[in-house]
Amino acid sequence: MLASCPACTVEVAGTTSSKGGDGAQTIRIDGSSTVAPISSAVSEIFEDQHPDVHLQVNTSGTGGGFERFGRGETDINDASRPIKPKEQQLCRDAGIDFVELKVAIDGLSVVVNKDNDWCRELTVGQLKALWEKDSRIAMWSDLNPKWPNKKIDLFAPDSKSGTYDYFLEAIIGKDGALRGNYQESVDDSVLATGVAGELHSLGFFGFAYYVENRDKLRAVAIAPGHEGSAAVEPTESTIEAGQYVPLSRPLFIYVNTKSLQRPEVAEFVKFYLSDEGQKMVTVRKYVRLNEEQISESRQRLNEALGKFNTESEPSAQTGLSL
Amino acid sequence: MSKALPAVVRSVSTRGRLFAALCRTAIWSAVGVLAILLACVLWQSWGWLDLSFLTSYDSAIDPRRAGILAGLWGSFWLMILTMFISVPVGIGAAIYLEEYAGDTWVTRLIRVNLANLAGVPSIVYGILGLTVFVRMFGIFRAGGLVQQLTGWEVVAVKVVGIRIPLPLGSAVLAGALTLSLMILPVIIVAAQEALRAVPPSIRHASLALGATRWQTIRHQVLPAAVPGMLTGIILSASRAIGETAPLIMVGAATFLRSTPGGITHLTELLTNFPSVLDAPFSEYTAMTIQVYNWVKQPSDDYRHAAAAGILVLLIALLSLNALAIYVRNRFQKRLSV
Repeated sequence: MLASCPACTVEVAGTTSSKGGDGAQTIRIDGSSTVAPISSAVSEIFEDQHPDVHLQVNTSGTGGGFERFGRGETDINDASRPIKPKEQQLCRDAGIDFVELKVAIDGLSVVVNKDNDWCRELTVGQLKALWEKDSRIAMWSDLNPKWPNKKIDLFAPDSKSGTYDYFLEAIIGKDGALRGNYQESVDDSVLATGVAGELHSLGFFGFAYYVENRDKLRAVAIAPGHEGSAAVEPTESTIEAGQYVPLSRPLFIYVNTKSLQRPEVAEFVKFYLSDEGQKMVTVRKYVRLNEEQISESRQRLNEALGKFNTESEPSAQTGLSL
Repeated sequence: MSKALPAVVRSVSTRGRLFAALCRTAIWSAVGVLAILLACVLWQSWGWLDLSFLTSYDSAIDPRRAGILAGLWGSFWLMILTMFISVPVGIGAAIYLEEYAGDTWVTRLIRVNLANLAGVPSIVYGILGLTVFVRMFGIFRAGGLVQQLTGWEVVAVKVVGIRIPLPLGSAVLAGALTLSLMILPVIIVAAQEALRAVPPSIRHASLALGATRWQTIRHQVLPAAVPGMLTGIILSASRAIGETAPLIMVGAATFLRSTPGGITHLTELLTNFPSVLDAPFSEYTAMTIQVYNWVKQPSDDYRHAAAAGILVLLIALLSLNALAIYVRNRFQKRLSV
């Protein structure tokens, strides 16, 4: 077919890994925009130490990222929730194996305006009543008769985000849906600005955005059970200790096992879980995993790495010349 | 003075003055909004836009260290490739439609749809680019059409030393092809208008003197139409450099600390030939994407980096336009001599 073109060579899979223009190796990351700040910061330090490796971080969202991951287009997928069965199926169909690694914890914060002096805490039951589909609650006084008879202005992340999925699952249940009639944005900082600008507002988004806007917003303490159980405020320590339930969630990276056989990918993921890499979690205002959780992640990675050290398949270099 | 005029004249002149005032308000409100916008950007970027902003990569750790180098070069390569692809194709298509094609239902259909295509939202071109250029319909994936036909899982071809990955993936070239598709209708429509504005008498005179059709187009029609064509090209180039949505679709990186081909200096374009050939197939980001990413960050400091990025983007845009206007004026002068 190409025999008439002596200068043409066809390269077949498995012969070379993806190389950048200057001969550098590229590691491709996509997925959740909640995890991306950590992945970007880790990759920045890693690149400084390994100038021959390039990292590309994209933010298609957890679901959008898994769609690419399941096509083998990326090496690592950032995820703010565990992989769904449908996405697992996608990977299985394409013959893609992966390891799931916990890398940090994110608290989902329910926030109100700084000058809101009535709403200090909410129960999960109240949150559910407020956000569930066909919710009748429109006024603050509908939640608690002592609160002002004013309309609640609601702010929430876009329905394509992992944050939305997580809130839905934790508060309302997997198969439910959130109410209509609220302001949505893909951009958590837009939501923060919205809540900060309106006295009678309420919204929810990632803990990091609350930390950055502490001067303008106040986080509401959440009581896990129904009325009566103690309410817990989201702070670094309550989230790390696992007391801030149900609104704190683990953040993951999913690594393609085939990519993990490339030394630069293995090196990067090891670095991600190392103490130096994990420092970036705090730099980007997320909460670090506790000792037990991080050792579990490291253990998983070691198992995955150990697997093909014993198999040790040779990477054949067969450039097919035509 | 107006008291001396008859009533009819006075009322007409009042209406005239009212209309002029309305028009003046229209222009000054537009200019005013632009001025406010510029002032805000300048204010926010003050102290952030310096040489190190232009010469360093993005930083996810310290907003003070964040720079736009990767986006600057990414946008540069995007623009160069987009123009290389879309200008010849666009002008060629316009010349064919205006000078050669007959008035059949096919050409009429094309003409009508060109105008429609020019109005299609850019995200649609992004989705198209993702399927056609980035994934190439999936024919190269494991178990795809190519493997079924040839038995090989082809990942790239080397043509005279240039390694072309198949499918293209999130490479600069895939982005440039997508942007080219997006701006082609505008270029073609503008070039058509320019060709139509050349008086038929010039063509008739040239043909009557014995020139062939090709000679007429090359020496009479094209030079007269170039300024008009350039206007279309300037407009579409400005649109392309400011695009974000289709680039996100076709995989421009949100966070990247490298440039296409690893080229970070203009002289390398002339000296480092292998890198220049590699650049179209590298991963990339663009200025607009970096700005978009900075605006989304939780920390307020990134807002300043974003403002500085917007300023760089504006300066790039204005210099691009200035260059094109300069070229256009040169052509106009040469014609009038």
